[in-house]
Amino acid sequence: MTYFADVGALARKDLMLELRARDTLPAMLLFVLSTLVVFHFVLPSDSSELAAKGLLWVAILFTALLGLSRAFAAEREQGVIDGLVLATRDRSAIWLGKALAILAFLGLAEIVALPAFGLFFTHVGGGTIAGVVLADVGICAVGTLLAAMATASRARELLLPLIFLPLTIPIVIGGVGASVAGHPGKYLAFLALYDAIFGLVAWGSFEYVVTE
Amino acid sequence: MTAAEKYVAGAYLVVFVVVLAYVLIIATKLARLEREVAELTELARERRVQEPERKAVALG
Amino acid sequence: MLPANRLPALATLALGLMVAAVALVAYVAPVDANQGLSQKIFYFHVPVALTAYALFGWGAWRGLRHLWKREQGADLESYVAIHLGVIFGAMTLLTGSIWAKISWGRWWAWSSDQLVLFLVLFLFYSAYFMLRFSIEPGPQRANLSAVYAVFGVALIPVSFLAIRISKDIIHPVVFKSTGPDMSGTMFLAFCVSWAAMLALAATLYHVELAGKRLDARLKELREALTS
Repeated sequence: MTYFADVGALARKDLMLELRARDTLPAMLLFVLSTLVVFHFVLPSDSSELAAKGLLWVAILFTALLGLSRAFAAEREQGVIDGLVLATRDRSAIWLGKALAILAFLGLAEIVALPAFGLFFTHVGGGTIAGVVLADVGICAVGTLLAAMATASRARELLLPLIFLPLTIPIVIGGVGASVAGHPGKYLAFLALYDAIFGLVAWGSFEYVVTE
Repeated sequence: MTAAEKYVAGAYLVVFVVVLAYVLIIATKLARLEREVAELTELARERRVQEPERKAVALG
Repeated sequence: MLPANRLPALATLALGLMVAAVALVAYVAPVDANQGLSQKIFYFHVPVALTAYALFGWGAWRGLRHLWKREQGADLESYVAIHLGVIFGAMTLLTGSIWAKISWGRWWAWSSDQLVLFLVLFLFYSAYFMLRFSIEPGPQRANLSAVYAVFGVALIPVSFLAIRISKDIIHPVVFKSTGPDMSGTMFLAFCVSWAAMLALAATLYHVELAGKRLDARLKELREALTS
């Protein structure tokens, strides 16, 4: 159980840090609300509810991107990534802990964003909520690994969207399908499949991203 | 030439042009390699001219 | 690694197969009854696409070998394969766009699974270069490139599945690809042309690798001479 103790400690550390500094979550909240307001002006008044539901996924994806671009900021600024890598028995615990922390931030942002979406646009159904939950897992699993990659490069924040968006196109397809289709089962199953595949790949490959 | 013929020819031309572009890139690279090899040959020759002199100084 | 003297043989093979493919497509394979002459684009478009997949797959495999066994030169091989894969991917997009124009009257068709998939892959692998060239050369760059390449092969089937299942809801089904009915000579032309593309890709791959190795040797030589 030491692995999960490591993961828990790392995730807790990130959450405590956020509780004290409060630099990621408020930004994500403000961003997702601003996006929704922008969407109101983007959509022509006679456009269907389906268009708004599609745009919801744009908001979620970009909010996640905002949080992910800051994912390893604290470690980088204090130069503790190498120390963390040396101190952790299994490096994938760093990935899992970080992914869980980001998942918590994204979930909290959505707890505000989804009711706001319902208020501004249209009713949020069970399919959408299930889709969002499943998509969040995939976004955080893949996003955390890519954020670690981007942190190692010179381009950093510039690089993350470029490598993140093509990889998350399947999530968007599954998510939009889950919120728009009459029977979302197929799309939810697909999202779960995505989570499983990319979760495994990210879990297995994180070690190589932070070590030489 | 019918429209279909034009499009088919166009599609095959794409592959041809890409291969030609590749030849162009390789040609540029070859020119650079040639220049570098010439430079290095010059360097090696200079060294060989210098080395006997150095030996002569050491003996004398 | 290919012995240096095999490269001319490989190039000759590619040339021969390519000539045979063009001859078969132009003179032997019959004109398709439904689609007419434009079906002949298929003989190049699909082999190019399949070769691009093969190159991406090979790039991921070499990346995996790098991570796994620390094989010497695997990182460079992975990079060269993906680089060529992007070139073949761009060719797929171009020839596919021409096919879309003649089949549906538009240069771009979201209803074509393969085209959409290649656009996603093209974006994904273009970002590979951004990633690779914003990291200093060294073991870390090799690792990150390899991990990214492995993500690529996971992305290919997942994206394909996503695009497939999304069709009935997001995009109207215009074109059901049950696979063209191919007569014997059509299938032969297709196979020869696929072999030709693979041979061409293999030749370019080894030429590129030889060039990169030559660069490295020259750098070594320069260091030896100037020190």
